[in-house]
Amino acid sequence: MKRFAIIAPADSSSAARMLAEPHRAALAGGVDLLDTLKQNLAAPDELVNLKALGGLDRIERAPGGGLRIGPLVKLSQLAAAPDVRARHAALADAANAAATPQIRNLATVAGNLAQRPRCWYFRNPDIVCLKKGGTKCYAVAGLNRYHAILGGGPSFIVHPSNLAPALVAYDATLTILAPDGERQLAIADFFTPPTIDPRRENILTPGRIITAIEVPAPLANAGAAWLEAREKQSFDWPLVSVVAIIALNHAGVVEYARVVMGAVAPIPWRAPAAEKILLGARLDRDLATRAAAAALAGAAPLAHNGYKVPIAKALVRRAILRAANLADEPA
Amino acid sequence: MLPKPHNPDLSDNHGAEPASDRRDAGPRLTRRSFIKGAGAAAAVAGLIGVKPGPAASAVENPPPAGAAERIGPGAETFTLRINGAPRTLTVEPRVTLLGALRDHLGLTGAKLVCDRGACGACTVHLDGAPVTACMILASDARGHEITTIEGLGTPARMAPIQRAFVAEDALQCGFCTPGMTMAIAAALAANPAPTADEIKRAVAGNICRCGAYPHVIRAALAAAKSARGEG
Repeated sequence: MKRFAIIAPADSSSAARMLAEPHRAALAGGVDLLDTLKQNLAAPDELVNLKALGGLDRIERAPGGGLRIGPLVKLSQLAAAPDVRARHAALADAANAAATPQIRNLATVAGNLAQRPRCWYFRNPDIVCLKKGGTKCYAVAGLNRYHAILGGGPSFIVHPSNLAPALVAYDATLTILAPDGERQLAIADFFTPPTIDPRRENILTPGRIITAIEVPAPLANAGAAWLEAREKQSFDWPLVSVVAIIALNHAGVVEYARVVMGAVAPIPWRAPAAEKILLGARLDRDLATRAAAAALAGAAPLAHNGYKVPIAKALVRRAILRAANLADEPA
Repeated sequence: MLPKPHNPDLSDNHGAEPASDRRDAGPRLTRRSFIKGAGAAAAVAGLIGVKPGPAASAVENPPPAGAAERIGPGAETFTLRINGAPRTLTVEPRVTLLGALRDHLGLTGAKLVCDRGACGACTVHLDGAPVTACMILASDARGHEITTIEGLGTPARMAPIQRAFVAEDALQCGFCTPGMTMAIAAALAANPAPTADEIKRAVAGNICRCGAYPHVIRAALAAAKSARGEG
């Protein structure tokens, strides 16, 4: 690891101004940052310690019943917060399933959203892949069992954040501070597909920091479910994760549907085709199965990751039924 | 930095070696104390020729406008609260808490294994919560209460979880044991009556290559029971 200095910024606008210099990097929980520094994937001269800024580590109720989550809230804090568990259970579950208990006590919400991908070609310091300014995504013809089945190309990473699909499903809004001021952004617009720029995963170009995450209150009659499949059960990155938020009317007809998948695409992958099939129809296992098929209709697996397609279909079906509190059993 | 004075509470092979086997009456030399001493000597040798950090770096690189503090990149002196006492150390900002504990403070109970937060062998408590000491910078641990395995108990005065590990034979090679016990100690403090599943979740971030997990879980449940006065 290269030597670096650490700066404590006096206030958030100073932090944004300092981070506009490309030789600096933001230090929050530091978990993914230390990982990339130890792997020599990043070599900043100075870290700007965002923990020096006060008040960014709280979860507060927002007007209208939503939540205002500070970017420096720890994953363990998010997972345990009664306000989150009560109304945004899928977000709490996603936080609780990320990494290990020890890492959840260090890692922050904003860091989870902004962490770099786990692709083994990207994480290998000796490989200059497309994400590191090279010309080639080595996953295309290489070992790609953990890579994208949807939305891939020219890079085939999968987005590593557990929280991202949940925050997309809950229609979260991010507050982004830059040297030229602050703005609000729908979380769906935070993620950068590789077709726009394969070298980054989000809009956090130098000088931009997340200062708040707002999650609106879900519909009163909506249920949510977060499910994932993993290889290792103790802790692991998911092979596929799914968040479904479903509201049924008194006749069992779907009046609100959100289906978002994680670990299948370079960005959290919403499935509007599945939502369209669900809306206005009476929910049963058959409808959920058809919605799941629609969610994966565009899947284009690589040589070694075709197994993800049936896993994703099963998880989408189960998440839809679980969100509506229906049993996943053949009629 | 010189090796720490020998602390009888932290000695190696505690009670394992009969006094009559000792070859001389001088200070007891163990494999661990030898390696610690050699490591400290090497660390001192490695510092020769390095400019003193704070003053030099502050002159060459003044803090940018809007900075309340700037440390490094040279070594800086600061104080951490470890096992209830202040400990002052001088390290570069890139040194992790684990590096500070092991290489600068002689606290080698937390183990360096994966160095990526994936194995749990370096688990310590930060304000009572288990964290991987390899994934936090030492300077970020300022202002927090740090507890290491050395602060949990000693061979003479073991914590309930340490006694239970011995009684339940919850280890083979023992390398994961400090991290395992720290993870479980934090879990038991938060939940004095855990189920086996809750213990499994508490040690989900601790890897044991020997596969002593069933004994680890038994030890955790036994420690919880004895702490509740049911043991």
